[in-house]
Amino acid sequence: MLKRIYAIFQARNREFLRDRASLSWNLILPVALMFGLSFAFSNERDAYTVGVLQEAAEINTNDHAFLRTDFIRFVPYDDFELAMRKVSRHQLDLLVEFGDTTRYWINAESSKGYFAEIALLHSGSDTVLSIDKQQITGDAVSYADWLLPGILGMNMMFSCLFGVGYVVVRYRKNGFLKRLRATPLTSFEFIAAQVASRMVLILLITSFIYTGTHMLLDTRMEGSYFTLFLVAVVGAISLVSLGLVVSARVTSEELAGGLLNMINWPMMMLSGVWFSLEGAPAAVTTAASIFPLTHVLDSARSVMLDGATLSEVAPSLLALTAMSAVFLAIGAKVFRWGQY
Amino acid sequence: MTIALEARNLKKQYPGVLAVDGVSLSVPEGICFGLLGPNGAGKTTTVEIIEGVTPATSGQVFYYGEVAGRKFRQEAGIQFQNTALQDFITVRETIEMFRTLYDRQADFDELIEQCSLGDLLDRDNRKLSGGQRQRLLLAVALVNRPRLIFLDEPTTGLDPQARRNFWDLVQSIRAGGSTILLTTHYMDEAQVLCDEIAIMDAGKIIKQGSPEQLLQEQYDGLIIELPISDLTDDLSGIEHTILENLGIIEVVTTDVSASLQQLSPHVSNLNQIKIRQPNLEDLFLDLTGHSLRA
Repeated sequence: MLKRIYAIFQARNREFLRDRASLSWNLILPVALMFGLSFAFSNERDAYTVGVLQEAAEINTNDHAFLRTDFIRFVPYDDFELAMRKVSRHQLDLLVEFGDTTRYWINAESSKGYFAEIALLHSGSDTVLSIDKQQITGDAVSYADWLLPGILGMNMMFSCLFGVGYVVVRYRKNGFLKRLRATPLTSFEFIAAQVASRMVLILLITSFIYTGTHMLLDTRMEGSYFTLFLVAVVGAISLVSLGLVVSARVTSEELAGGLLNMINWPMMMLSGVWFSLEGAPAAVTTAASIFPLTHVLDSARSVMLDGATLSEVAPSLLALTAMSAVFLAIGAKVFRWGQY
Repeated sequence: MTIALEARNLKKQYPGVLAVDGVSLSVPEGICFGLLGPNGAGKTTTVEIIEGVTPATSGQVFYYGEVAGRKFRQEAGIQFQNTALQDFITVRETIEMFRTLYDRQADFDELIEQCSLGDLLDRDNRKLSGGQRQRLLLAVALVNRPRLIFLDEPTTGLDPQARRNFWDLVQSIRAGGSTILLTTHYMDEAQVLCDEIAIMDAGKIIKQGSPEQLLQEQYDGLIIELPISDLTDDLSGIEHTILENLGIIEVVTTDVSASLQQLSPHVSNLNQIKIRQPNLEDLFLDLTGHSLRA
């Protein structure tokens, strides 16, 4: 049995690794996304954006105390109309012009504009508030830190669902599965080989992408690599199993693509790939918990950003294991070799 | 005589179509058995039921007296009519992969030599010509030194040289003692390769036996062929078959001289008359009809 599983496993690995277009896509897309988004959101620490109406191309922080305020990005504008348009669209939280009289414009519907205005009005004041201020220190979690697990998880999801689901449907449609059916290979052996092949490939690719981005962007890693690896393994199994459920009977690549997208998109939107669901309605967070990707990303972020231990992510790992068991049982039950 | 393969009352019902309607056949060990039939006759469905890749609605298949199962899968070799292989995989890797799936394995070098694949071992499956691809698919069917081999229309689309080459291969396999079940709609192929044939139409076997026996049963003598255009008047009183689409008339006779004497007053040009032995194509067309199938 093992030699048959290994034969199919090896052939599938070769097929994937020699398909340079697919391989490149699997490697380049997440890296490009990671770098692109990190660059685009590199100023994420700045809470507010304020336009400064002036002739000069550079902001001079000596012009006014407000310009030395932390967590505000100051952008010079010499075109009043353009700057006002940005204020009206909430792209600027406030527009200010310093001179003999300081003038400013805010959007009355902008909450950030409200706070930027307070900061401006207090910036020149020497009022001492009688409050007790205590400070803590700590490096900010950058958007890149937060995004990396999401990008890795998303890549894993696409690779597992399409790399297994789509491929099995293609094999079925072109008759390769029928050819295998005529050999002593069992459906269990075939499925095991597909799961193992995709697991190894996705773990290699994910490790490669993680290592590259971690080294180049110096992303945060608070927990243990072993725990993170375990999260990746258990997560990949659950996503591959989900792909097998979709592909178990389907004979058309178009239908498979539609079904896979129907699963991909909600997962991508609700599992926390791009943004956190903190504060979202309870119904949304409950709905998100049925997706394997939610548990993968929650666990991975806990390990990478908060240093969560194995026991702390165990509930998510158990949920993923249970999902895998259910998906595999359904997949094996309804699996068909041919188009009959 | 040992029966290698036996099918009993196979039926396959698709929605609205009874594709296989109570097919029974038995294939003695060591022969090449041909399953013939026009397109849509149900031969591929029948063979796929026997191979175990398509479930039957009813009926049973026996392999050396036992219900076909694990032993059958280990010992049967199958070449499907249409089989895709994996992309980006070489001929060598394809053969090695399929070999590994079986307990009983053919010697790799012998297999390569037998199927003339020596120069193609490192070639990507996608870059093979039609004939090369068929030889690879045959090699895949032989990786387990099969006792029983299924060849489903193996020479469709091949040029005459590749077909002849393939026939030689099949004959060498049969000479090695394997049993072959061949489906084809090339009658010359069946005549050259098959010891026994079954002709299917509309999901049923309508004739079964050795080609010689079936021809003897169907035709009492030789066939005289003459062009319709050479007839000067009708052939009333002479039993004949008009093949309008071919533009000829056929007369089957045991006494050629007498028949020619009868025909000569009705024919303008005797030089166009042909006299020949009936063949499987005649039998096939007579049994399944001359009109085009939908």
